[in-house]
Amino acid sequence: MSIVLEHVNYIYEADTAFPVHAVKDVSLTIADGEFLALMGHTGSGKSTLIQHLNGLIRPTSGIIRYNGTVMGEEGFSYRELRSKVGLVFQYPEYQLFETDVLTDVCFGPKNQGLKEEEAKKRAMEALALVGLDERFYSLSPFELSGGEKRRAAIAGVLAMRPEVLILDEPTAGLDPRGRDEILEKLKELHERQHITIVLVSHSMEDIARCAQRIVVMDHGAVRLDGTPTEVFRHVRELEEMGLAVPQAARVIHLLRENGFALDEDATTVEEAKRLIVQAIRRRKGNADFQKKDPRKGEAK
Amino acid sequence: MYEYIKYNEEGENDGVVRALDCLDLEIEKGDFVAILGHNGSGKSTLAKHLNGLLLPTQGTVWIGERNTKDEREIWNIRQTAGMVFQNPDNQIIGSVVEEDVAFWPENLGVPTKEIWSRVEESLEAVGMIAYRKRSPNKLSGGQKQRVAIAGVVAMRPECIILDEPTAMLDPNGRKEVIETIRELNRQEGITVILITHYMEEVIYANRVIVMDAGKTVMDGTPREIFSKVEQLKSYRLDVPQVTELAYELKQEGIPLSDGILTVEELVSELCQLY
Repeated sequence: MSIVLEHVNYIYEADTAFPVHAVKDVSLTIADGEFLALMGHTGSGKSTLIQHLNGLIRPTSGIIRYNGTVMGEEGFSYRELRSKVGLVFQYPEYQLFETDVLTDVCFGPKNQGLKEEEAKKRAMEALALVGLDERFYSLSPFELSGGEKRRAAIAGVLAMRPEVLILDEPTAGLDPRGRDEILEKLKELHERQHITIVLVSHSMEDIARCAQRIVVMDHGAVRLDGTPTEVFRHVRELEEMGLAVPQAARVIHLLRENGFALDEDATTVEEAKRLIVQAIRRRKGNADFQKKDPRKGEAK
Repeated sequence: MYEYIKYNEEGENDGVVRALDCLDLEIEKGDFVAILGHNGSGKSTLAKHLNGLLLPTQGTVWIGERNTKDEREIWNIRQTAGMVFQNPDNQIIGSVVEEDVAFWPENLGVPTKEIWSRVEESLEAVGMIAYRKRSPNKLSGGQKQRVAIAGVVAMRPECIILDEPTAMLDPNGRKEVIETIRELNRQEGITVILITHYMEEVIYANRVIVMDAGKTVMDGTPREIFSKVEQLKSYRLDVPQVTELAYELKQEGIPLSDGILTVEELVSELCQLY
């Protein structure tokens, strides 16, 4: 099971005098169970690309396969596709509209044609997955905090039991705790429910923390594709594209330029810490700076 | 002090949320103040008090010599303390950039001739003069936000309050907006009050205030605030990744200074040790 894009092009307003080539010859395979992050500055084609994945937009040329079947082929059901590939838009909490949380989350499965009882069961499951228990069921969506609203909105998509979950900037505008909650839940969904996750994000630190693979888009085309460590090694290229690398990766990059003997790359604080401590200990010997530290503190 | 009073469906008092709790705070002219706090800590409620959008349940807010409770002064107060919000699309009304900016001084009854000179100045100040004849719809998020800031600047405020102005922007847009704000603070001497969740933006401020449960719980320079990693975490906040890395290295016994804020600082300190 996978999503395969073969030479996909998409041109907005193709027949007019102002065509915009938003997706350029993109070939990409998203394997089942992957946690993939999609990066790129505004206008790089990310949002256009993800809307292809559940058939909201159909390619101008090229084909997309879902589990082997070509989208748009005879007998292909877009309706079915959309219940398998769930898309969570930016600021999804603006789409909460029911009078209470449970009813809101029931909307998706009911729309899939499920009976009231079954829809409720799935809604409760989905709410449990995002960490909202019974106490939240009867609350109005407006009584929730920003992070809770966001999670309720994600539950609305999860209640349809998708195989693939695509999220466009799910942590934008949340405080650090709210952001951590969402990312933890996504990681859990990926590990426990084996849902394929495609995360669109500007936050390099978030991406470094949870994605297994990063695809970087620039001017509608795929520019880099690899593990976080591989991709964040391209500090210069990423900066040219208007993207930043995680601060930890930049520290390692600059230290190496300054002659530090670092054999690996790092994208998170833990990795960077391990590498730097290792490099300094190797050079100075362990006892040396352990002793020096308290004395230096006293001298001040 | 400010209380949100919740009413139930029958219109009875259903509970009181104290969003600001006996808050004492003085902001100096020309300062660049960043306000941090998790969602629901009272930051935005505070911001809305600073130009009289909300009035305190108890206590007084003084903007210069003016009391926000004085109805006759409300327009003067809003002109003195301009506000920029999170979503640029909700703040832009004109169909041409310069007209959008002109709306704000026009609203204050500024004579037409002066309006246009102010529009030009403020678009210049935010680096958007080249886009004056464009439609705001065709601008990027960062550019739209700069137009919104220009509108406020055209009112010649002494102070600008920005409530998460970069939350909806990409890294480039964020950089543009923050640089614009810094310029206004340094060049024009405008007092800036910046509310944000991005710890990286806070390092440019000369004073950081941390709010929790409607109170100020920390107040100091970015370096002072960010050297207290554990305390910040207890308020559901974070530090920039590089500050955390420096803190962790220090715990390992590597002698670094407190509250390192930038990648360059950390790299240069480490190089001296190596």
